[in-house]
Amino acid sequence: MIHVDHVSHAYTPSGPPVLDDVALDITRGAVTALVGPNGAGKSTLLAAVSRLLGPDHGRVVVDGVDVARAPDREVARVLAVLRQDTRLSARLTVVDLVRFGRFPHSGGRLTTADHEVVAASLAHVGMADLRDRYLDELSGGQRQRAFIAMVLAQETPYVLLDEPLNNLDMEHAASVMRVLRTAADDLGRTVVVVLHDVNMAAAWADDVVGMRDGRVVARGRPAEVLRTDVLREVFGIEIPVVTVDGSPVALHWLPRAGRHPMGVGQRY
Amino acid sequence: MAVGVVRIPVADLLSPTAEQWEVIRVSRIPRVLAILLAGAALSVAGLVMQRITQNSFVSPTTAGTVEAAVLGILVATLLVPAASLLVKMVVAIATSVVATAGFLRLLRGVRHRDPVVVALVGIMYGGVIGAVTVFVAYQRDLLQLLDFWSTGSFSAATEGQYEPLFLVLAVGAVGYVYADRFTVVGMGQEFATNLGVSYRTVRSVGLVVVSVMAATVVVVVGAIPFLGLIVPNVVSLALGDHVGRTLPVVALAGAGFVLACDVVGRVVRFPYEIPVSTVAGVLGAGVFLWLVLRTASGKEAHG
Ligand SMILES: Nc1ncnc2c1ncn2[C@@H]1O[C@H](COP(=O)(O)OP(=O)(O)O)[C@@H](O)[C@H]1O
Ligand SMILES: [Mg+2]
Repeated sequence: MIHVDHVSHAYTPSGPPVLDDVALDITRGAVTALVGPNGAGKSTLLAAVSRLLGPDHGRVVVDGVDVARAPDREVARVLAVLRQDTRLSARLTVVDLVRFGRFPHSGGRLTTADHEVVAASLAHVGMADLRDRYLDELSGGQRQRAFIAMVLAQETPYVLLDEPLNNLDMEHAASVMRVLRTAADDLGRTVVVVLHDVNMAAAWADDVVGMRDGRVVARGRPAEVLRTDVLREVFGIEIPVVTVDGSPVALHWLPRAGRHPMGVGQRY
Repeated sequence: MAVGVVRIPVADLLSPTAEQWEVIRVSRIPRVLAILLAGAALSVAGLVMQRITQNSFVSPTTAGTVEAAVLGILVATLLVPAASLLVKMVVAIATSVVATAGFLRLLRGVRHRDPVVVALVGIMYGGVIGAVTVFVAYQRDLLQLLDFWSTGSFSAATEGQYEPLFLVLAVGAVGYVYADRFTVVGMGQEFATNLGVSYRTVRSVGLVVVSVMAATVVVVVGAIPFLGLIVPNVVSLALGDHVGRTLPVVALAGAGFVLACDVVGRVVRFPYEIPVSTVAGVLGAGVFLWLVLRTASGKEAHG
């Protein structure tokens, strides 16, 4: 379990808190989607959970281990994180990148088993054909999938991804979500994923957490969060929600969605 | 081996006369070994530096490391005029470490991540250290001496003079052990942390590797410009930035490049010598210009 224990953080001492006393327990073996408007603090929360950022207050405990205090390498075998913006500062091939996912286990000397994991991860994201290409010679979506393969190859019980669907076309977005779903269902991995599309969250996640202004303002099963009144709390706008095949679908792209003076969602 | 004031026909290299053997043993073999070691060391130092700074346009000769080594030797010479080579080397390594650490610290304050801007910051930083050195040397009338260390040449690399260079082999081995970590750190702090690699520790190790290599070469043969910049970059174009794979290639290519520069420097105005640093400077500047223009014309610099 990931236990976020009253975490607060501000990037500047005088500035507003970006995380404001966040307390959250994330269930094992589930896919949890983190949604919210830009600047809500989703990336900051993910960074705190994955010890990339030491919060001002509070702590994050994963399976009983305080991530900020445990040795880096130990934590690297428990949780893997993919950040929102992966800046390329080295020329690596896809397969070399994914092999580095085995670093916490092998320390650079890959065994046959390691190579099998690497091949399987590449196949999972449909990048096996492009394994010998340099990352800077790929499209944004292909590069994103290579990084996802690396995080999967880390074979950690916890996988955290920050907007991994950025740059992906419809087919690959769905296939990445399927990979994450499979990781949770078949391998018992715990997946936390920041998504900007609430419908993607509703369709694939077990649990949806809505953030706004550094706070968790909604939490529940997809049907409990994809409601016009709850989405208003999270996004501050009116979003009509309809039901298709028993699942809620938010119509946030409609001209009549948005900062409407009178809620129109109820009519649907 | 065959080229030099005392001509030794290539055929005679296999069965030299006693006199020829003396020249070979005292001068030619040390010279070739010094060339190979220095060329490899400065190139590998550049490679490591580029990875730990995540910037392809940074190198020991353009970020204060070499300038600080020269300053260190000068200070050692001034304080203890009779200082041995070893003492000078230790002082030079120490000043290099301090200056390179200062450069890394400086980079944290630079908001610009543009590789060319970072490279310029390094050049200015090295320029400041170089200016201080020249000022001190000028005051003490030591400018002549300064020339020796700032212009690399292998004419003084003879038996009994070049041996400290073997230190770079030991440091190179450390660098090779850390190769994967340098690659990981080259992808950024968060990337490294996620993989359980300590960004700070690896950067510190890299810092020491770079400084020891650069300072040792400066003390023994003097600085050779552009080497640490162009050799790793050209290798990176062909083989990428996986340090475990490129480090041996960079070492060999650097050694070969300096050997070629040395031979050119010795035949162009035979029987006189042009210092290897001059030849490397001319050739290196050309290649560097090509690399920069290549970046400017749209190809992203992995910096
Ligand atoms: N490194 C940083 N320095 C200063 N402010 C930051 C930094 N990163 C994020 N912020 C600010 O913190 C707030 C939350 O950012 P973030 O966690 O990235 O939100 P989200 O991922 O939900 O869009 C934003 O207002 C953003 O401007
Ligand atoms: Mg974000």
